[in-house]
Amino acid sequence: MFDRVFIANRATVARRVARACRDLGIDSVAVYADIDAAAPHLGEATATARLPGYRAQDTYLNATRLIETAKQSRCDALHPGYGFLAENAAFARAVEDAGIRFIGPDPRWIETLGDKTRARQAMAEAGFPVHAGSGVLNDLDAAMEAAREIGLPALLKPAAGGGGIGMVRVSSEAELANAYAAARTQAANAFGNDAVYVETWLDRPRHIEFQVIGDGDTTLGVLERECSVQRRHQKVIEEAPAPGLDRSVLAGIEAAATSALDGYDSLGTVETLYADGEFGFLEVNTRLQVEHGVTEAITGIDLVRAQIRIAAGEHLSEVMPATVAAQGHAVEARIYAEDSRRRLPSTGRLSVYRPPDLTGVRIESGYAEGQWVTPYFDPLLAKVIGTGATREQAIGRTLVGVKAFDIQGIDTNRELLQNVLGSEPFIAGRLHTGMLGKL
Amino acid sequence: MAKLEIESEVTGNVWKVEVEAGARVDAGDVLMILESMKMEIPVEAPEDGTVAELRVTEEDAVEEDQVIAILET
Repeated sequence: MFDRVFIANRATVARRVARACRDLGIDSVAVYADIDAAAPHLGEATATARLPGYRAQDTYLNATRLIETAKQSRCDALHPGYGFLAENAAFARAVEDAGIRFIGPDPRWIETLGDKTRARQAMAEAGFPVHAGSGVLNDLDAAMEAAREIGLPALLKPAAGGGGIGMVRVSSEAELANAYAAARTQAANAFGNDAVYVETWLDRPRHIEFQVIGDGDTTLGVLERECSVQRRHQKVIEEAPAPGLDRSVLAGIEAAATSALDGYDSLGTVETLYADGEFGFLEVNTRLQVEHGVTEAITGIDLVRAQIRIAAGEHLSEVMPATVAAQGHAVEARIYAEDSRRRLPSTGRLSVYRPPDLTGVRIESGYAEGQWVTPYFDPLLAKVIGTGATREQAIGRTLVGVKAFDIQGIDTNRELLQNVLGSEPFIAGRLHTGMLGKL
Repeated sequence: MAKLEIESEVTGNVWKVEVEAGARVDAGDVLMILESMKMEIPVEAPEDGTVAELRVTEEDAVEEDQVIAILET
């Protein structure tokens, strides 16, 4: 096992990793940008180290500085968390080259799966279902040919991208030339690479993803999560298991995911879109997922501890139970710093910030009372995870948790969350990725 | 000719300036794109007019309600 883990992140995930290290009896080092000097994640680690500066690119995205600081603090492993450099193959490699174990998959996995068309192709070849789509489109003629073959409407997507950023919908051949040019510009702006491809457009799909864990020899499925409640392709509410779907069908897709990721050596998530009774590959995230907590809640498995132990060389059979069994239901609501009505981020000082303490409600909070919420980082303040014997109970507990979370000084999406959790379509399980726009 | 103050709706920074001072713009044209909390926030011309003044440049920090450009309509 490692002696000391460097946590190259902040807020919710930095606290989560620090807690896992503590549970494993190993030391951890938390880092902070100047603006985060009083952040609660610092109190959970064994030691802290400063990253001078305010902006993300000077601090949590500064690979050289992070690796230098990890070496100075004599860490033998580095956990990237989620976001920032968690899916940056060059960073993972630089960490390993510095003699520090990167807690994540072999960088080659990050590279292959980070390129969306390569990932699509690799998954399809491994027998995983994919929706109709193309490879990289080199010119407008290729785009036209692909669009005709796949049929319209269709979506143009950045090959180097992910997370739903920079997608352009095309509904007619007349629109294609402009859409193709716009998609390339957006891809170049967002990811520094203007390669795009086209995929069939789905009407009201559900986002369903499959958690996997591998040790390089064996890959195991750890059930699915339903993450359809999204805004601007950012997840807002997640749950496990996915409601209203045939267990045997889900088990089949999970088996296809584990077989496609044969040889994988960490935590990973295979994301799919489900529409008209068909699953199709979306992307693979080669890291811990924000919403891992709902899977932990129904399986009793600590995914972060398992991830660290596998990175330290333990086998799946040592860190996971022989069979993964689910009990009950869990729902997670993400509390964001935002003005939901104007759809704008909200910044300022948290004059009041009081997470509730309730039965069946787990809180993962990245902030503390008095702290400033700044424009430098993403808007996730906290996650409220309600667990119950039934879906109804889990929804009810999450709703109470969101309601009882007292936050003042900035705007949050708590009202929106309560509206969704209490809405008829959500309770009835009629979920799709566009549902937030319709409530 | 009326001078219209364009204010930032958020605290963040200027990611991209899409127009130059003196440019003619139509209502709805994107003048600049702000960035806050990893979100891109386009600033559009509220009316047809001419960009009389740009008070910020790329990478500048902006405060909520800060005047970032003047539009002559």
